[in-house]
Amino acid sequence: MDGALAHPIGTRAGLSVEGVSVAYPNGHLALRDASFTLAPGTVCGLVGVNGSGKSTLFKAIMGLVRPSAGQVRIGGEKVQAALKRNLVAYVPQAEEVDWSFPVGVRDVVMMGRYGHMNILRLPRTADHQAVDAALARVGMADLAERQIGELSGGQRKRVFLARALAQGGELLLLDEPFTGVDVTTEDAIVDLLKQLREEGRIILVSTHNLGSVPTFCDHVVLVNRTVLAAGPTPEVFTGPNLLRAFGGALRQHSLPEQAKAHAPLEAGHVVVLSDDERPLVMAPDGRVLGRLTQDL
Amino acid sequence: MTELLIPFEYDYMLRAMGISALVGAVAGLLSCYVVLKGWSLMGDALSHAIVPGVVLAWLGGIPFAIGAFASGMLAALAMAGLRGRTPIREDAVIGVVFTGFFGLGLFLLSLFPSNVRLQTIIFGNVLGIADADIIQMAIIAVVVALVLGIWGRDLMLSLFDPVQLVAAGGNPSHMRVLLLMLLAATAVAGLQAVGAILVIGMLVTPGATAYLLADRFGRMAAIATFIGAATGLIGAYASYFLDGSTGGSIVALQAAIFVVVLVFAPKHGIRASRRAAAHAVAEPVP
Repeated sequence: MDGALAHPIGTRAGLSVEGVSVAYPNGHLALRDASFTLAPGTVCGLVGVNGSGKSTLFKAIMGLVRPSAGQVRIGGEKVQAALKRNLVAYVPQAEEVDWSFPVGVRDVVMMGRYGHMNILRLPRTADHQAVDAALARVGMADLAERQIGELSGGQRKRVFLARALAQGGELLLLDEPFTGVDVTTEDAIVDLLKQLREEGRIILVSTHNLGSVPTFCDHVVLVNRTVLAAGPTPEVFTGPNLLRAFGGALRQHSLPEQAKAHAPLEAGHVVVLSDDERPLVMAPDGRVLGRLTQDL
Repeated sequence: MTELLIPFEYDYMLRAMGISALVGAVAGLLSCYVVLKGWSLMGDALSHAIVPGVVLAWLGGIPFAIGAFASGMLAALAMAGLRGRTPIREDAVIGVVFTGFFGLGLFLLSLFPSNVRLQTIIFGNVLGIADADIIQMAIIAVVVALVLGIWGRDLMLSLFDPVQLVAAGGNPSHMRVLLLMLLAATAVAGLQAVGAILVIGMLVTPGATAYLLADRFGRMAAIATFIGAATGLIGAYASYFLDGSTGGSIVALQAAIFVVVLVFAPKHGIRASRRAAAHAVAEPVP
């Protein structure tokens, strides 16, 4: 298992992004010369501020935008070929889904099987079995007949995870999976991602929720108009790198002084207050200590 | 009582009712996609933009469906081109293009004021349709239904989650073009039944009504298809007795059904919403 963490390039086909630049028709260069590779069996966090090119990178990997330079290879194949082979599954952001659309939970999960079906998209026994298995795996079997708008935030996320599971594939892309979900669901999602890693899949998670990154990502790609740094979490997810990636956008709370002023706490206690759900806690020397798990 | 059965004794009435029901059914089915895509205005634009094509096709002696379809596609291309190249907002682009095409169509029509067949394009007259036109309408309706039978699921997925269609190896922009073409084709078929002005009603109202009644796409499609077929049939039947506009009666009937459903729909109706709100307020805080 630690072999996957050693990040061998070229031993087995994973995801490789080589010198990708993306320019939009209005001349805006969203991404310049971005490169990184991920080996099978990796959970990688894609971290950067809004407008950093994070979602453009996602789109390039999904073939939604065509790079003006460089290329993306998935499982050794070009993006279009990889998509035809159902190698790429994705979980959308909750805000991008029309929850009033007349579809049920089972229908959504079945959409993950479309790529495996013929042109008429008529499900066969194997498709129904894959859907049932995926629903059971995320604990949504009982709610399979609900319309998607009748679900809670965590359940909504699980439906789309189940869809990705039903599809299978080598690469799973998740766009902000932890926004608006409770801690229980977040833990369940993280558990599932770890299982998928054990199965040898690559999971790429776009997130601005810094606090949770060290808890489940073994790799991190830091993005700010290009790939600033990529590699194993302990090496890349450091204070100085994060400051480079986020610049002024990162809110820093150097709180011991402030806390002393308000006084109910003992001196020397590290205190972090934040409106973010799971703040990241760093030591004064920039070392990442972890995230805040308990409210005071 | 027997008087009510008289329309069924005439071949032309049977044909009129049959073709209205068929076109109504297909337009109703397609209206589900139009409503979910949010393309009501686009459909309105296309159905007006086909008018000059019909007149020109008649002048050139080719089937009006071909001229109408070409005209509709040209309008769609013009809209797409303008949207990509100007900072004008989409609704203004649609407004400019469709009134431009429709205006040109009306002008061309005014050059031939005595041609009844052309006059029906604007207001529709299902009882006055020539047999050749009925055949054209039937072919279009069947083709649209077949295409939806084959690509309907991909089209639905492109409306719900286009990126997932990409992940399944499909192409959302193909689906966009497909929906445009189906829209133009169905508008052509509906033209002679209800007229260019009202055909958008058949392409929106059944789907909007069914949306209030169904939580699943399959059910929504079935309801909209049924409403389209039933109102088409009843509208044509009624026009035997009423010396009025067939198109008006079909679309007005659809609107009436919509209003009833809007108020009384078991889950998404106004009454149900009020009940649910009242229930939520009365509920003790947990």
